[in-house]
Amino acid sequence: MAEAHVQIRHIPDRLQSRGSRLLKSWESLLVVVALLIFVANSLASPYFLDPWNLSDATFNFTEKAMIAFAMALVIIAGEIDLSVASIVALTSTAMGYAASQGLGTPALVAVGLAVGLACGAVNGLLVTRLGLPSIVVTIGTMSLFRGIAFIILGDQAFTEYPASFAWFGQGYVWWVFSFEFCLFLGFAVVYAVILHMTNFGRAVYAIGNNQTAALFSGVRVARVKFTLFLLTGLMSAVASICLTSRLGSTRPSIALGWELEVVTMVVLGGVSILGGSGTIGGVVLAAFIMGMVTFGFGLLNVPGIVMSIFIGLLLISVIALPILYTRLKRRMAH
Amino acid sequence: MLQDTTTSRMKPAIALEGISKSFPGVQALADVSLSLYPGSVTALVGENGAGKSTLVKILTGIYQPDGGTIRVDGVETHFAAASAAAKAGVTAIHQETVLFDELSVAENIFLGHAPRTRFGLIDWARMNADARTLLERVGASLEPSIRLRDLGIASKHLVAIARALSIDARVVIMDEPTAALSYKEIHELYELIDRLKADGKAILFISHKFDEIFRIADRYTVFRDGRMVGEGLIGETTQDDLVRMMVGRDVGQVFPKQEVAIGEPVLTVSGYRHPTEFEDINFELRRGEILGFYGLVGAGRSEFMQSLIGITRPSAGAVRLDGKVLVIRSPAEAIEAGIVYVPEERGRQGAIIGMPIFQNVTLPSLTRTSRSGFLRMAEEFRLAREYTSRLDLRAASLDQDVGTLSGGNQQKVVIAKWLATKPKVIILDEPTKGIDIGSKAAVHAFMSELAAQGLSVIMVSSEIPEIMGMSDRVIVMREGRMVGQFERAELSAEKLVRAAAGISEIAP
Repeated sequence: MAEAHVQIRHIPDRLQSRGSRLLKSWESLLVVVALLIFVANSLASPYFLDPWNLSDATFNFTEKAMIAFAMALVIIAGEIDLSVASIVALTSTAMGYAASQGLGTPALVAVGLAVGLACGAVNGLLVTRLGLPSIVVTIGTMSLFRGIAFIILGDQAFTEYPASFAWFGQGYVWWVFSFEFCLFLGFAVVYAVILHMTNFGRAVYAIGNNQTAALFSGVRVARVKFTLFLLTGLMSAVASICLTSRLGSTRPSIALGWELEVVTMVVLGGVSILGGSGTIGGVVLAAFIMGMVTFGFGLLNVPGIVMSIFIGLLLISVIALPILYTRLKRRMAH
Repeated sequence: MLQDTTTSRMKPAIALEGISKSFPGVQALADVSLSLYPGSVTALVGENGAGKSTLVKILTGIYQPDGGTIRVDGVETHFAAASAAAKAGVTAIHQETVLFDELSVAENIFLGHAPRTRFGLIDWARMNADARTLLERVGASLEPSIRLRDLGIASKHLVAIARALSIDARVVIMDEPTAALSYKEIHELYELIDRLKADGKAILFISHKFDEIFRIADRYTVFRDGRMVGEGLIGETTQDDLVRMMVGRDVGQVFPKQEVAIGEPVLTVSGYRHPTEFEDINFELRRGEILGFYGLVGAGRSEFMQSLIGITRPSAGAVRLDGKVLVIRSPAEAIEAGIVYVPEERGRQGAIIGMPIFQNVTLPSLTRTSRSGFLRMAEEFRLAREYTSRLDLRAASLDQDVGTLSGGNQQKVVIAKWLATKPKVIILDEPTKGIDIGSKAAVHAFMSELAAQGLSVIMVSSEIPEIMGMSDRVIVMREGRMVGQFERAELSAEKLVRAAAGISEIAP
């Protein structure tokens, strides 16, 4: 490249090659963990390696992971959206009501997406216009959105969905690859591009690392944050369409507690809960890991309560681990 | 040497002798001596950066000096920590009082040395009663059990002073205690200081306001560039003498100011006002000009500059850039229009710690380095390299976290970031605050070069040498208003200090 003697002081672009950086990343650790769990699962149960079983296993995480992609952006920007599971419930209720009024599949999808976007807009306006902390706003809307679903449904359920609506949650694109799984992969690519390859993604990182300096640098902070809450609303609606279609019914308790699993997935994926760092690749790997663990437990007939203990422990340890990991890395650097 | 009969016979309550303290790249204090006498108020005066706050931190045990001795009542002492200074009876009351808003008045007064019951629990009854007595002594009729957050700043000061009395402080340091007080409160504070004097406390009074110093102090000590340049009795000096001692030095030689032909007006600000921060700001900025904004901390300069780029909204006023009226509602719009602001608080408003150098530099210019919203890394590295090399950045790689750089190099990245937007007007707010001398020189040289290339520069600075060395013209602000305007030829440190401090009579 440039001759060293020509310039007085040349600062290189990068010191570490991308390869060596990737090798030392959280994501490569996740790859190892995923492989270990895969091996452990296949040793623990003879049914695990069956392609159709594996395909079924993906349903454990695809819907949550789609929400997790948008959640990752929100958390990287230093905010959080805890109302996602309630948006799933409200969206599903709205679609169920629309279906009971005789609307067809395309209209149901439109209703679902519109309700999701509206919920996201409520969160976004409260956070950006009133300047309220998102954790407070979304704890509030978490109760609000599900509360509305409860009022509409009571102890009833909507089950009258058109036959063609079932395809979103039960259809297969090719062989064992479900529509949901393909949608999950598609969104993984879309979100990876948004976060890592666009100006918008760069603004998300800048806001998460230093919101004030980002504002001073001409980042339209409020606009970006509002968009992020729209995205979690939208992705919750997409997840709701898939989930409702897969279950074929809507109860107000649908997707109860998902916000916890979504946040766990994001944090396990290496996104800092304090904002400012993380990748979509990490979230994809975390989704696979959580899905495989849940499925493995299911094959081994582990009771549900143990499963939720495991999710709780996982959340605590993935928040603690990155901190220990950076400390270790800092110590190794010296 | 001292003529004064009261203090010369008296032993100082605390005496600093030959104190030195340096930080990487900065000699904050060099061979400084200071004695504080019981029952006497000593005023400490000096420009920003003269070493006053370093001295306070040494007196209160927060910093340990590199050399020199501290004597308390003639006995050589070593303040290993803040608690040691407190034990020796030294206490400080700061501009922003360091008290606890969520605790009661009595708890604040007795924090760390509360009276205990036989069982080792806090004796609330006695604590509240003692607090009431102390508050009465400072002339405050406050209920000891109310929470501190419910009090005004003046009352908080009184609580801080009551706390000082509770630990039986003999040396009370007041660091700009009147900065946030109203006229009436200031007079109450004067009375209190008189009472403390009568009690035999030794008081160090730090202030920029000369009327205050002449009203309250018995003695003075002047610091300049970390050295003690004068001391004596207030009765034997004048405001002129003090100003001369504060600023007396050669300026202009070390500053690489280039002679630039000043062109047509670029930015015109008229009738700018804000409900609380500033009013009646009118000026013109010309092509190739460096316009200095001088004033004391809190004069409203930063607030005004931030309203120019849309961080805060002015309540009235107009801005014209190249003759066209501009309405700027956000920094993004300001950058688009060609006005950029390099903020004072580098760590909070300037650098994005946690992101690499090149991403810091390109953040406001992404629309230029990207194509239809998609990043182009190669373009980003090219832009970052172009501007950081012009500022002589020292870094291992452009992919390095900006947080790992020294303060001076961070500032270079921050300036590079705003220059890369190719502005017409650049506002630099305290551009060399807290950075080492080498980086300072690089920033000054670059600023001069920019003006020579036809950029218009506004430089907010509280450092007289910098203002005098770099500006073509200087506007002085005090309490949100423009109170003086000087061409380079007529600049003098005394004029600036007088205008900024509001000293009325101007010496011929």
